[in-house]
Amino acid sequence: MSALINTSYLLACFLMIVSIRSLAAPHTARRGNILGMAGMALAVAAAVMALRLPNYPLVVLIIILGAAVGTYSALKVKITALPQMIAAFNGLGGLAAVCIALSEVISSSPKNLDNTIGMIIGGLAFSGSFVAFAKLQGLITAKSVNFPLQYPLNAALFISVIALSVWFIAEPKQTLFFALTALVLILGFLLILPIGGADMPVVISLLNGGSGWAAVGIGLSLDNSLLIIIGSVVGAGGSILAYIMIKAMNRSLLNILTGGFSAHTAATPADETRTARAGAPEDAAFIMENAAKIIIVPGFGMAAAQAQHAVKTMAALLRDKYRVEVKFAIHPVAGRMPGHMNVLLAEAGIDYADIYEMADINNEFASADVAYVIGANDITNPSAKNDTSSPLYGMPVLDVAKAKTVFFVKRSLGGGYSGVDNPLFYAPNTIMLYGDARDITEKIVKVLEN
Amino acid sequence: MDIWILLTILMLSCFVGYFVIWGVTPALHSPLMSVSNAISGIIIIGALISLETNSSAADLFLSYLACFLAAVNIVGGFVVSQRMLAMFKSREKK
Repeated sequence: MSALINTSYLLACFLMIVSIRSLAAPHTARRGNILGMAGMALAVAAAVMALRLPNYPLVVLIIILGAAVGTYSALKVKITALPQMIAAFNGLGGLAAVCIALSEVISSSPKNLDNTIGMIIGGLAFSGSFVAFAKLQGLITAKSVNFPLQYPLNAALFISVIALSVWFIAEPKQTLFFALTALVLILGFLLILPIGGADMPVVISLLNGGSGWAAVGIGLSLDNSLLIIIGSVVGAGGSILAYIMIKAMNRSLLNILTGGFSAHTAATPADETRTARAGAPEDAAFIMENAAKIIIVPGFGMAAAQAQHAVKTMAALLRDKYRVEVKFAIHPVAGRMPGHMNVLLAEAGIDYADIYEMADINNEFASADVAYVIGANDITNPSAKNDTSSPLYGMPVLDVAKAKTVFFVKRSLGGGYSGVDNPLFYAPNTIMLYGDARDITEKIVKVLEN
Repeated sequence: MDIWILLTILMLSCFVGYFVIWGVTPALHSPLMSVSNAISGIIIIGALISLETNSSAADLFLSYLACFLAAVNIVGGFVVSQRMLAMFKSREKK
């Protein structure tokens, strides 16, 4: 029996790593997901059959119930709301780790250190994801929440967590572990609270990794190599994605965790003497149908306005009717989580072959006739390149300004998600199209159709 | 198992994770998050193992709860990944 279960675990492990590996290209990705499902099903089936469970029907019922809840919520969620969905699932994984660690401590497992590690990481992932979910869903303010003595309080909590952990490992009393669990949950909550909405891609990645590292802790506690292997692959994934996001914003982890960004935004006063040129959708349509090459730069604002289908229609018309070359340029932090914009465009039916990452398209703006910026702002801000006093300075941005004409679809001249002023609005080759992203794009489509 | 064997496995799989993740195309980073989210639900095995040793009702309840939460995580993660991946289409691949 032991040989059977171990063979199944081994095969399951192989399948799940291949599943991640298959995400290297879109055409192998769907097969990869199926392999992942197969691996997971195999591992769970083997465990249910081989372990001496107290009540088989109940276990199967609970798993089916969980599967039903998971399927229902995954089918219901809108693609714009994916980040909070992922945050919620991460939180559940973290909470599961906390439950297992508590259950192990109650049944007097001798693995005190491993249980503590699993519980701390799982607990931080759970309460942190809870706050991230609330912020993304708009249940609490997305802005950085600050109050007096916040960081001393967090530091004190952090030290207490370490001290209590050491105490518990030296003298394993259950009540100590319960107190430690409570402290960890509070700490996770307070750690994410000061992080601003624009930094959510980093937070979600970190928490995603957290649910993996928590599985590693539980794997060490239960002597299970499957949990350790899969947990560390997931943990590495979350950490790498967080690293990519931090790089794409030219920030540091410490800066993000302290919500440092929004604290400095008041430093850039808007120069009132500059004027921005406004245009009408008809003018934009005229310029675009006579262009040879157009690059569309979407941001989360496009998705928030439900404009992606109108953008798709516009791109298709320009390509098929007016023989214009149309490309999409995506900044790594264009959405609310890594790769979010790619999924939003894919949902609208835009061919992924037309979508380019920043590094692959940035030198093409100079040869583009039109850059159509819709619902994006900070990721095009040229002061990130040349204004050392800007809070965005050093962040890699799309070279939108190099296009012959830049159209900015925006409600007003206000700052972006970061609240920083964008000098591109006042550039001589920029034309502002004021209004709702979807409304403006639909008007352009109407003109292009006739 | 010997802790040093477990730690060796941990170290090696961190390297595997590092290389496998960097191989993922940036366009698929969202599906990567949801697939990895789903497979992190492998912690359900931990929940099942902890069901084997139950000393009290509280212990049993926590293990069942963990089982349920991990099941939501696994199936939800895979279904949402499937939904996302089904949207990625290209005229070049027909």
